[in-house]
Amino acid sequence: MRVKATIMEAAQMDRTLTRISHEIIERNGGTENLVLIGIRTRGVPLARAIAAKIAEFEGVEIPTGSVDITLYRDDLSQISPNPVVQKTDLPFDLHDQTAVLVDDVLYTGRTVRSALDALTDFGRPLAIQLAVLIDRGHRELPIRADFVGKNVPTSSDEVVEVRLESIDGENLVVLCEMPDGTGQEASEGVKEES
Amino acid sequence: MEDQQPDSDDPQAAGKKEGQDMENDSNDIQVEPGPGAAALKCTDLLGIEYLDVEDINLILDTAEQFKEISQRPIKKVPALRGKTVINIFFEPSTRTRTSFEIAAKRLSADAQSISASTSSLVKGETLVDTALNLEAMFPDLIVMRHSYPGAAHLLARICKARVINAGDGAHEHPTQALLDALTIRDHKGKFEGLRVAIVGDIAHSRVARSNIQCLTKLGAEVVVAAPPTFLPLNVESLGVEAHSQLEPAIEGADVVMALRIQLERGGRLSFPSQREYFNLFGLTKERLSLTAKDSIVMHPGPMNRGVEIASDVADGPTSVILDQVTNGLAVRMAVLYLLAGSSKDVETAA
Repeated sequence: MRVKATIMEAAQMDRTLTRISHEIIERNGGTENLVLIGIRTRGVPLARAIAAKIAEFEGVEIPTGSVDITLYRDDLSQISPNPVVQKTDLPFDLHDQTAVLVDDVLYTGRTVRSALDALTDFGRPLAIQLAVLIDRGHRELPIRADFVGKNVPTSSDEVVEVRLESIDGENLVVLCEMPDGTGQEASEGVKEES
Repeated sequence: MEDQQPDSDDPQAAGKKEGQDMENDSNDIQVEPGPGAAALKCTDLLGIEYLDVEDINLILDTAEQFKEISQRPIKKVPALRGKTVINIFFEPSTRTRTSFEIAAKRLSADAQSISASTSSLVKGETLVDTALNLEAMFPDLIVMRHSYPGAAHLLARICKARVINAGDGAHEHPTQALLDALTIRDHKGKFEGLRVAIVGDIAHSRVARSNIQCLTKLGAEVVVAAPPTFLPLNVESLGVEAHSQLEPAIEGADVVMALRIQLERGGRLSFPSQREYFNLFGLTKERLSLTAKDSIVMHPGPMNRGVEIASDVADGPTSVILDQVTNGLAVRMAVLYLLAGSSKDVETAA
């Protein structure tokens, strides 16, 4: 995959997460009954980063968990072999909490749909909100984010790659181009590039 | 654990796999799984014999993630929605059958259990005919226990459904070995350098045969102890150390696994009395003092208390027998999930 352009560098990612953290507190009138849930894989360190920033601004530790959407994918019967199942870890009661789902890239919306189904199996939150670092458009489901780091217009043969320190060794967001003819159908994967 | 596969949701890998599978729809051409793909190198689970360390670890890692589902308020995920699982048991079973049934249901598959007493087999139908009739109802997975070694292999050859061997005579019981391995990993964190003693009817035990293969593949040192009548000839060829007395086998052992004396498989003829067996090979607190510090005691069930294991050991702090049952559920969910995602080609209908 050829890198076409840099979308965000480390400093800008940090400033964006700072803004999203403030917006989450502002929208919810504080931190009461708030929980953060990262969608595996790259939503998880992003959720932790937001939790750390909120702890810094408000002095409150927000409970933070993670959800793996593999078992809720809408294309499980079409892909072979089955994808690797990762850990879902929600060490708190969701009942009457406002859950903020965190992911790196919002694309077709299918990952978020799966995550909503997964959360419903754990209880009935008061509300679920969505925070994403990048919204690249091309939605296939009626889903929108409440908190967006940056809107990036893309074509479907492009890939937005979010690289995070804890997984990839650097903080960087780049726009890549798929090699000829292998452009990924938007509907092919539930999971957007992460 | 969760970070072992950081790229597991890479859509390119999943997309590529799909393409490749359509091109070579044959199960003897194995496509190297991409980082996001979870592929067993087999389409049926017939025995530990056919799994390599990578396969075993994939099943254990997947099972580890499935444990949490049984702790949820709503104990069900939609992963196998619309798949049909038939459990067909030609031998009595409570634990294994219930475990497979619940595992299938927690993954949203439709599970149907048939036991020999209610099947047409008692009316003289052959196994092949039973299989072809089941196959005509388009199941996706068939779980079978049968008293003949190789019965699951026969089924796998003629059925398009993926076949899981839930015990074939004295041959193999792969999911039992996998759940035992998961339990050992939970408590010991590793297999290398562990000394595992398996005590009891090695000759008639499919649990022993699967466990010996699984644990030696994973790098543990396996020791077996049994009266000579319970030891197969050349048991050392399986890569184990064999003893005809209990004490040298369990000395320094990190794990002691008692096997059930199988009265229905000729066990009764191999030793003078149950009391004598208990006196020489029964696991008692006193004998277990020979084992390594923090050793654990396992039993695949059903237990004959006072024959292969003393009650105070079975219920004691070192016993992980009920953990084995809980892990059995997670392992069977993992196996169903992983096999349901494989594509299978059947060469000939027998």
